[in-house]
Amino acid sequence: MNNNAINEVIEKYPSAKREYLIPMLQDVQEIQGFVSKDSVVMIGDHLKLPGAKIYGVATFYNQFRFNKPGQFHIQICRGTACHVKGSVNVLESIERALNIKVGQTSRDGLFSLEVVACLGACGLAPVISVNGEFYANVDNKKLFKILKNLRKEGGTK
Amino acid sequence: MDRAVIEGDPYRLIEGMAIAAYGIGASKAYVYLRAEYPLAIQRLKDAIEVAKTYGFVGNNILDSGFNLEIVIKKGAVAFVCGEETALIKSIEGKRGMPKPRPPYPAVSGLFDKPTIINNVESLANIPNIIREGAGWFNGVGTENSKGTKVFALSGNIANTGLVEVAMGTTLKEIIFEIGGGIPDGYKYKAVQIGGPSGGCIPESEIDIQIDYESLITVGAMMGSGGLVVMDENTCMVDVAKYFMGFIQSESCGKCIPCREGTRRMLEILERIASGKSNETELETLERFQSVLHMTDLATIIQDASLCGLGKSAPNPVLSTLRWFRHEYEEHIYERKCRAKVCKELLTFTIIEDKCTGCTLCAIQCPTDAILGSKKHPHYINFEKCIGCGTCLEVCNFDSINVE
Ligand SMILES: Cc1cc2nc3c(=O)[nH]c(=O)nc-3n(C[C@H](O)[C@H](O)[C@H](O)COP(=O)(O)O)c2cc1C
Ligand code: SF4
Ligand code: FES
Repeated sequence: MNNNAINEVIEKYPSAKREYLIPMLQDVQEIQGFVSKDSVVMIGDHLKLPGAKIYGVATFYNQFRFNKPGQFHIQICRGTACHVKGSVNVLESIERALNIKVGQTSRDGLFSLEVVACLGACGLAPVISVNGEFYANVDNKKLFKILKNLRKEGGTK
Repeated sequence: MDRAVIEGDPYRLIEGMAIAAYGIGASKAYVYLRAEYPLAIQRLKDAIEVAKTYGFVGNNILDSGFNLEIVIKKGAVAFVCGEETALIKSIEGKRGMPKPRPPYPAVSGLFDKPTIINNVESLANIPNIIREGAGWFNGVGTENSKGTKVFALSGNIANTGLVEVAMGTTLKEIIFEIGGGIPDGYKYKAVQIGGPSGGCIPESEIDIQIDYESLITVGAMMGSGGLVVMDENTCMVDVAKYFMGFIQSESCGKCIPCREGTRRMLEILERIASGKSNETELETLERFQSVLHMTDLATIIQDASLCGLGKSAPNPVLSTLRWFRHEYEEHIYERKCRAKVCKELLTFTIIEDKCTGCTLCAIQCPTDAILGSKKHPHYINFEKCIGCGTCLEVCNFDSINVE
């Protein structure tokens, strides 16, 4: 784990105030893709907060992940518009196709899956996003194509 | 909607905030923004910088001696943080759990300082109202709901996107004229308005004027301004279940009526929509009984919850029960889902005459529930079928029947 990067985040917040806890966690996650144990310990040292308190805050919010995400991080929208357009089916298909549940990373490290509430593209429902790239009007057929392409892309690396 | 203001014209928000801050004598203002909207965050950041260079934000604004610092706070994704006191906790770097009022934030809010909280749309309206006068703003709208309102149209509707209409415009106009109606020849069923804790408006009430008071009479609310249109392929029990699931997982857990009550309601809804095979008589009885408890439960959650999330949590259920009771009854007594959404109540069969034995469905079926040999009609093993609908989707010969 790259602790220098965490130190850089910490240095951005020299006045160690509690109100910077969430921004620091957000910065760490942006760099590492998740909130590592090391980062919690280091932030705790800086803000003089016990790790348990930090986990208490971090787990309250849906944004933070504690597992390393896969090479392709899939976010599926479960907002209202997407639900009406059948996002449950898409979610179930992804889970079956990748053999992982929401919040998990596939064993080959290729895919991870996260559910989000409204990606803000409701007109294009149902929406999924892979590493931040949006796919609109996703149905099973489209999904299998997307996954196939990603597998190919991941395999060649 | 608020995102559109920030992405499209962030200066309106900044100006509104500056005026509001001047009005109450605040020197620090926060914008709490969803982390999922990076573009909005970036645009607002840039706009604040620009405003600073022109002296509209910062120290001694326009030589008035008034200072204002605007800070952007990225929300860490929790619905309850829209509630005022939870939002304050979240900015302070704590868990976003509401606290009892009084003291109201206006007396003791962020870092125990007096705080006012307003919505982005509200603030962005201020500059225009000050420039054009209150009469101008009040010239549009109804007796008690003034001005315009922006709605986000989505769901089963031809034109999706944002629409700004005068308060008092009818729902029918919004859906069938502006929205272009329901696509693919399906029939209108309901519109869900006001976000997860809003309500549904059925076809019988489609002539309703949209304003704050009228919405309340049909058990809905303005809320976030989301309008999700649903056609006849939407199951209202499923919609209620969906919202309850969302609210249940977003409940902060501070008070028992909200935390446990929403969970019980969700369980009841799940039972209504769940499978018909191997149910014991006792379970059937419980399924019938539980529905009777649902309205009691709803009243208790409404009365005894601390914050707005809990107080409005039963709305989707109450509203669907009020307008679509017959759909609940069908689910409970006839074990039927007319919209063919509640999978466990559906039976998939293959129409022998139509099936050509192309084997496509058998290959695609995730549970290997489809059996048969090439060029002969296939059949579905009910025990294995999970009702995922894959066969229906892949069949090129319309030979899958769903009931
Ligand atoms: C559970 C819950 C979620 C909320 N979410 C939001 C939100 O996302 N955006 C918002 O502006 N107000 C939200 N509100 C309302 C705010 O708490 C607050 O009342 C409102 O922003 C006040 O602004 P106004 O008086 O200008 O309308 C929410 C309220 C509750 C109870
Ligand atoms: S009503 Fe629900 S969300 Fe609100 S404080 Fe109570 S438990 Fe938390
Ligand atoms: S509901 Fe899926 S993008 Fe909004």
